[in-house]
Amino acid sequence: MERFDFVELKIPAEAEYVGVVRLTMSGIANRMGFSYEDIEDLKVAVSEAITNAVTHAYDDTGQGEITIGFGIYDDHLEIMIADRGNSFNMQKVRDEIGPYERDEPIENLREGGFGLFLIEALMDEVQINNNYGVIVLMKKYLSEKEVDFDGDQVSTTQ
Amino acid sequence: MNLTVNVVEENEKSVLNVSGEIDAYTAPKLKESLLPLTKKEKNKVEVNLENVTYMDSTGLGVFVSALKSTKENNSTLTLLNLQDRVLRIFKITGLDEVITIRAAIRGGNE
Repeated sequence: MERFDFVELKIPAEAEYVGVVRLTMSGIANRMGFSYEDIEDLKVAVSEAITNAVTHAYDDTGQGEITIGFGIYDDHLEIMIADRGNSFNMQKVRDEIGPYERDEPIENLREGGFGLFLIEALMDEVQINNNYGVIVLMKKYLSEKEVDFDGDQVSTTQ
Repeated sequence: MNLTVNVVEENEKSVLNVSGEIDAYTAPKLKESLLPLTKKEKNKVEVNLENVTYMDSTGLGVFVSALKSTKENNSTLTLLNLQDRVLRIFKITGLDEVITIRAAIRGGNE
């Protein structure tokens, strides 16, 4: 088995801790040698996953915690974000994501729902497991050439 | 990890200077300052994002709701001086096509 280091972080499911995870994220990514651009992408992707967990999974009850695991490999980083809050309707979320269409009337513009779309756009691989709570698993490689042919596909386990 | 917001009111124009990071924690503060400005009839609202070093989808949400509010109140919304990373989030989501953005090159004035 490939050797890797593992860093785990457990935070209360509250918005004020998103920035704390972002700092940890940039520390780890910086140590691994990711470029400035990639580090910024990782920060956004991690924040989006945690924001999702904070806002959807726990419905403002302020209860619960989120576990973030960083798997540090030679050529890539794996990030796991897990909450044990309520699951969500994955298909519904998938149907709603995507970029804006230029001719879409302004009244129809969504005010949310960009989180998952951004995660998919910024990471090399994304998996979402929605059985008990929600687990987002994402990968980013140190250089683009490491990505497989279908590396940007997203698989979903419901 | 903080956000500071200050408003400069001019004749039929409001400039909102924002600095810091816009995320799930700070976005409500931005929304609280921005939305009332867009509700003034015919107001020209400019948001200066020059000192915003981080923004994610929570920020997009605030600007989309502000844009909707401008349409209801005949006001306008313009985003100014976005850093590359912040502008990129607008581009990926296609929102740069819907919101008026005047992005200056970092360190320059358009």
